[in-house]
Amino acid sequence: MIDPIITFDDQDLVLEAENMSVRYGSTLAVEDVSIQIPRNAIVSLIGPSGCGKSTVLRCFNRMNELIPDTHVTGSIKYQGVNVYGADVDPTDIRFRIGMVFQRPNPFPKSIYDNVAFGPRVNGLTDDLDRVVEESLRRAAIWDEVKDRLDDSGLGISGGQQQRLCIARALAVNPDVVLMDEPASALDPISTQAIEDLIRELSQEVTIVIVTHNMQQATRISDYSAVMMVGEDRVGHLIEYGTNGQVFGNPVDPRTEAYVTGRIG
Amino acid sequence: MPNEQLDYSLAHLEAEIVLLGGLVENAIFKTIRALRNRDLELSREVIEEDDRIDDLETKIQNECVEQIRRQAPLAADLRRIIGMMFIANELERMGDYAEGIAKVSINMGHEAPLKELEDIPKMADLAVSMMKRSIDAMTTSDRDESARIALEIENDDDEVDRLYAKVQNDIFTLVEDDRERAVRGTYLMWAAHNVERVADRATNIAERAIFMSTGVIVSGNADAQAAVLG
Repeated sequence: MIDPIITFDDQDLVLEAENMSVRYGSTLAVEDVSIQIPRNAIVSLIGPSGCGKSTVLRCFNRMNELIPDTHVTGSIKYQGVNVYGADVDPTDIRFRIGMVFQRPNPFPKSIYDNVAFGPRVNGLTDDLDRVVEESLRRAAIWDEVKDRLDDSGLGISGGQQQRLCIARALAVNPDVVLMDEPASALDPISTQAIEDLIRELSQEVTIVIVTHNMQQATRISDYSAVMMVGEDRVGHLIEYGTNGQVFGNPVDPRTEAYVTGRIG
Repeated sequence: MPNEQLDYSLAHLEAEIVLLGGLVENAIFKTIRALRNRDLELSREVIEEDDRIDDLETKIQNECVEQIRRQAPLAADLRRIIGMMFIANELERMGDYAEGIAKVSINMGHEAPLKELEDIPKMADLAVSMMKRSIDAMTTSDRDESARIALEIENDDDEVDRLYAKVQNDIFTLVEDDRERAVRGTYLMWAAHNVERVADRATNIAERAIFMSTGVIVSGNADAQAAVLG
C-alpha cells in the first residue's frame, strides 16, 4: 500500500511543516498538516475552495501574521530553522521565501523601481542596474520592457505585470517562491509564459504553487498536495505524492473524487 | 457532484465496446462455421461485415479523443478512456482475424479440409469466451473481480496455446506422411494461427481491464498475478 503522504527524509528539504495547525481567532482553519518540500521541486497545492491551501502557503513565510488574530501551532522549518522562532525576523524570512499573488500587484512606481525595491530595502545601492536587468531577464520580461524601464509598472499588460512581480520577488535572490494562483487572472498565452517561467526558475529556486487548475498542476509541478475540508469545516492534507499518483491513480478516494470533478 | 456529461459518455462508450464485442463474436463463430461447412458464401459475408467492425472501432476512437479534448479527464476517468481506446483496437484486430480465416476458407475452394475440424472450433469457442469475459472484466466496477477474471483469461490462453500446438503437430504428421498434403495443411495452419491470435488479443483486453481498475500496466500471467495480489 502506498503511503498517501510522500516523505523525502533522505533529501535536502527546503521547507518542512510538522503537525501545523492554523486558527483565525477561534476558528480552526487548517489542522495537523505535515508536509516536506524538497529543494528545487515544484509542488502544487490543490483542493476545493476554502480548504486552506492559501493558509498553508502563507504560513511558510509568515504572511499569515499580517492577518490579525492568526495563530499558528506545530513546527515549520526553513532549511532546518524554525520559521516562527523568537529570534527570527519575519522580513528576513520573506526575503528568503518570496511570494507572488493571484492578482498582479505592482507598486505604483516605475518598472525599474518595482524591481529595485527589495534590493534597496536590503541596502544595496551599487550594481542596481545589473540586478534589475538580471531579475527581469530571469522573469522572461526583459525584452518587452527594456526600452521603457521608467514607465509605470501599472501601464503594462496583466501578464507582463505578473512577470514583473515575479522579477520583483527574484531581485532579492530568494530560495523559495510561493505562488498563490499566479495565472488564474491571465489569458492562455500569458498563462503559458508564466508556466514556462516556473519550469525554468525551478532550476534555481523551489516553488510552491496554489492552483485551481488541475491541468496546470499536472503540467508544471513535480508533486501535488491535496487538501480537503471535512465535516468539521477544517482543512486537512489528505494526499501528497507524485503527479503520476495524484492525477493518475490516487490513493485516497477523496482525491479521486476531486481530480475527476466529482466533488469540489 | 457527479460529472454527468462525462459519466454519460463513459457509459455510452462502454456500451459501444460491448456492441463491438458482439459483432466480433458473431464474425468468429460465422467464419468457423463457414470453414467447417465449406460455405464460401458465408465466408464472403464475414469479409463484407468486417466493415461494420472497422467503422464502429473508428467511431469509438473518435469519441474517446473527443472526451479527452472536452473533459481533460484524470485518474480513473482517464484510465477508462485510454483503456477503451486500446480495447476497441484489440477487438477490431480480432475482426481482422475472423476475416483472415474467411479468406483462407475461400482460397481452399470446395476442397475438403485436410482433416476433420475438431481442435480449431474448440480453440475458437474458448477464444470467444475469453473475449466476452475480458469485456466483463472491463465493465465491472469491482477491481478484485476484474483482476480475478483477468487471471482466469491468462490461464485459458495457455489452453488455447496447447490446442494450437496440437493442431500444428497433427498437421505436421499428416504432411510428413504425404507431401501432397502440404497446401491443404498450410490452409488449416493459417486458420488455427488466426484463432490463436484472437485469444492473445483477449488476454490483452484483460490486461487493459486491470490497468483501468488498478492503474498498473501488466503484461503476462506473473504480472497480472502481482497486480491482483499487490
